[in-house]
Amino acid sequence: MLSERLRSLFRRDNGTVSYEPKPAASQSTAAMRAVAAASGKNRNQRAAPVTRQSRGLEQFFYNLRDIVGLSILDCAGANQDNIDFLINLGHKVYSQDLVRNLDDCFQDISEQTNPGRIEYFLKQNLDYPPESIDGALLWDSLQFMSAPLLNAVVERLFEVMKPQSYLLAFFTATEKMTDVPSHSFRIADNKTIVLAERDVRPAGQVFNNRSLEKLFGKFESVKFFLTRESLREVIVRR
Amino acid sequence: MSMWNKKEDTPAPRPASVPPAPPPAPEIKKEPTPVSSTPFRAPDAEARNAATIGKSVRIVGQIFAKEDLYVDGDVEGTIESQENKITIGPNGRVQASIRARDVIILGQVQGNVETSDKVDIRKDAKLVGDITTARISIEDGALFKGSIDIKKPEPKVSTPTPVATPPRPVETTSHTPANTGAAATTTR
Repeated sequence: MLSERLRSLFRRDNGTVSYEPKPAASQSTAAMRAVAAASGKNRNQRAAPVTRQSRGLEQFFYNLRDIVGLSILDCAGANQDNIDFLINLGHKVYSQDLVRNLDDCFQDISEQTNPGRIEYFLKQNLDYPPESIDGALLWDSLQFMSAPLLNAVVERLFEVMKPQSYLLAFFTATEKMTDVPSHSFRIADNKTIVLAERDVRPAGQVFNNRSLEKLFGKFESVKFFLTRESLREVIVRR
Repeated sequence: MSMWNKKEDTPAPRPASVPPAPPPAPEIKKEPTPVSSTPFRAPDAEARNAATIGKSVRIVGQIFAKEDLYVDGDVEGTIESQENKITIGPNGRVQASIRARDVIILGQVQGNVETSDKVDIRKDAKLVGDITTARISIEDGALFKGSIDIKKPEPKVSTPTPVATPPRPVETTSHTPANTGAAATTTR
């Protein structure tokens, strides 16, 4: 009886039955991808940009409040919104696009175990003086790295970041190795971001709270924010 | 009366015969203008009224310009045009440090960029290097790796006030307002 009522709710004018509720504007990209996958849409079709609150970002900028002239590393690739926001706060911006540079340095994820290639990647992307970075916005870039590369990148971040500085990273909270979407991140304000899907990539490994604590073991503290979109926002204090 | 209302009753004498028309000029066969199969494209707005380094030109060394400069070729070294605009065209491949009032990048640049006013990185452009500027614009699709240091231009002093200053050691450069403005763009 109940199922009949549900069917009638989704019944279209032509009488065919569809179980595809239209995604609401506030729905997450993960949810939209699930809907798209269920409806058999092309995998290359990208979801529309989504604006959402980010407790991690809010915490990140709360920690940097009332300080100007900091060196902030933004790993989302250069975009006008992030540059404007960080410059208006009075900071110096270091721009990198780690996800895009993964493709330049490695043929595929299996090559991310090659020590020579890993060193080349670090030289190309994180070649900063020791303890020169006051804050790092890594976004979702770390989750596309396999364990050897990821450990080397985190080790290099530890070297280049100042003590008591913060980094922000996002990890998709999946329990199995799957392809996950990579996003471009634009800062709308100190607690709001706009996510636009770039492509879908294989995740480097499965991340949970324990593995992330182990990954950032050298750092002083790790703080998690689990969002509705099965996304872990992680604030790490150097 | 007739003086004011003078009418010429008799028409002016016409020549009895119309002079023969001049012999027709020998027909000139116009050769068809050679037309390229590709549609004509007006030069880019950035290239107008600017000295241009064409896309088949390669320069190794230092370039100093006192006018706007459009670089669509290969340049290795330094490019400087302190009071003017430098545009790196879509075919431009520059491995050089660039100093200018404004810099617009449509091609590829590897080197530091320093401007007193604005850096404009257009779609599909690639810049690897550090930027020191007062304003910056980056279009989506551009690739930028490096740092951005915003230096607001120092307000120019309109009338220098005579202030009794203690004698200073002799310097090679004079402290005119123009030089003060240039000092804002010196390297970090």
